[in-house]
Amino acid sequence: MADLRDLYQDVILEHSKAPRNFRELATANHKAEGFNPLCGDRFTVYLDLDGDSIRDISFQGSGCAISKASASMMTQSVKGKSKAEAEKIFGRFHEMVTGHTHGDQPDLGKLTVFSGVSEFPVRVKCATLAWHTLQAALEGKQEAISTE
Amino acid sequence: MSTAAKKRTSSTRTAAPRNGNVSAPVQAPTSQSTSGYDVEKIRADFPILRQKIRGKPLVYLDNAATTQKPQAVINTITRYYERDNANIHRGVHFLSEHATEEHDEARATIQHFINAADSKEIIFVRGATEAINLVAQSYGRAHIGAGDEVLITAMEHHSNIVPWQFLCDEKGAKLRVAPINDAGELLLDEYAKLLGPKTKIVAVTHVSNALGSITPLREMIELAHAQKIPVLVDGAQAIPHLKVDVQALDCDFYAFSGHKVYGPTGIGVLYGKAALLDAMPPYQGGGDMIASVTFEKTLFNKLPFKFEAGTPDICGAIGLGAAIRYVEGLGIDQISAHEHDLLAYATEKVSAIPGVRLVGTAKEKAGVLSFLIEGIHPHDIGTILDQEGIAIRTGHHCSQPVMQRFDIPATARASLGLYNTRDEIDALAAGIEKVREVFA
Repeated sequence: MADLRDLYQDVILEHSKAPRNFRELATANHKAEGFNPLCGDRFTVYLDLDGDSIRDISFQGSGCAISKASASMMTQSVKGKSKAEAEKIFGRFHEMVTGHTHGDQPDLGKLTVFSGVSEFPVRVKCATLAWHTLQAALEGKQEAISTE
Repeated sequence: MSTAAKKRTSSTRTAAPRNGNVSAPVQAPTSQSTSGYDVEKIRADFPILRQKIRGKPLVYLDNAATTQKPQAVINTITRYYERDNANIHRGVHFLSEHATEEHDEARATIQHFINAADSKEIIFVRGATEAINLVAQSYGRAHIGAGDEVLITAMEHHSNIVPWQFLCDEKGAKLRVAPINDAGELLLDEYAKLLGPKTKIVAVTHVSNALGSITPLREMIELAHAQKIPVLVDGAQAIPHLKVDVQALDCDFYAFSGHKVYGPTGIGVLYGKAALLDAMPPYQGGGDMIASVTFEKTLFNKLPFKFEAGTPDICGAIGLGAAIRYVEGLGIDQISAHEHDLLAYATEKVSAIPGVRLVGTAKEKAGVLSFLIEGIHPHDIGTILDQEGIAIRTGHHCSQPVMQRFDIPATARASLGLYNTRDEIDALAAGIEKVREVFA
């Protein structure tokens, strides 16, 4: 069960049960939909962009504990950041969950609770779904993105 | 192969390699017992079940996705490539003749297993999906036009939906869907109302892969035939669990996959009534399906070869024959009874766990237990059970319309095979308790 606790850390379980910024954003000027056809996870990410900076962010939808907690913590970590900063965080997050970190754990703050995902390759898509959706929203893509 | 042919083979070939178990002749199942169904003995026929996964004994409950293979099938495949491999229907040499005989024999085995009237009614295909596509493209394109209707049910697998959508889009025909109730049972009255002069074919599953419901096929086929409408049955989930008699059912087509009935992947069967198949245009062009070819005109081969273009999966067909013989050795009725008991036990055990809800509670079910745990996504259930060595399927099971019908994104699905035990159901129940602990 030790391995399992690496994946289902308390912080992750807590966020999955009580996700933050889990609502439609009235002031949103960008949004994108993300879909994982494998397990039926579906999220919409709403953005209120002020020029280059993320003034506000929220999400809605349904998915597993990992995808929901990841979306919740993502909204917290990129709020107030610039587009470039958000992209950089995602890059490091992606390296961490896929086990491609070089040397030390990247400086991801609270997001390091997802490091256990690298031991569960089939769950990488769950952990990154919201991030891919954020990326699509930042790029202003119209089509729903899919992890497949 | 005839007895005479067998004798000839064994006396003619003297230098064939024989090393240990690998090239031993196919054994009859070791598990036949007059005193009843000895599941522990049967398990010994399946080498894959002996292993540990993540330090725990493998509990394989994903049989609706694919089944494990008995030693008899593994030996048959090995022996075929070690001793018998040759192309069929064209060689004058010894091995080609022998492979052709074995391939023919597999077809006859399958014919008798489903009680088809003639072996030419057994068409080898890649699987149930290809079988349905064959009927949609060949029969469908010839008989279905603008304004016509194809009738399916609300619990079809994507492979019994999408081929008909292709056809309907091409022809301007309409796909109609017979509804189910909250238990996952077909509403026969609603189905009857949807049958009419525009209906050109009915395509229905025998057992739902997501819910386990057994459809009332006899009634459905009778109602359709009363209006001269042919019926295709998707038997992918029925063939390992139930006795199938295509003549008693009087279905016009019956499709199934070999790998779901303990045979290899990549091989499956389309049964079709000879009169229908004879009148249908070929599905694919190539070798084996022709009688003669000139640049001006090609004459097609007779059944079943008309629908088997190209070198077929010879070894797959022979392997499937071995799988069917294994199942027949145990007895499909005995397997059915064992699995029925086990499903009742699992239903009782799993539904007694607080927070668990079953999806698919039809009176008549086979092999499948789909469930949800309150507040926990099926994907998380699957990951946690996997840590316990328990293999189940989570997701929409290629039946998204079924998920939409029940307004759920996915389910966790445990599905049974002839080798599963009550101990394994206990392990599943304990695993579900563990899932609840993690999320407590």
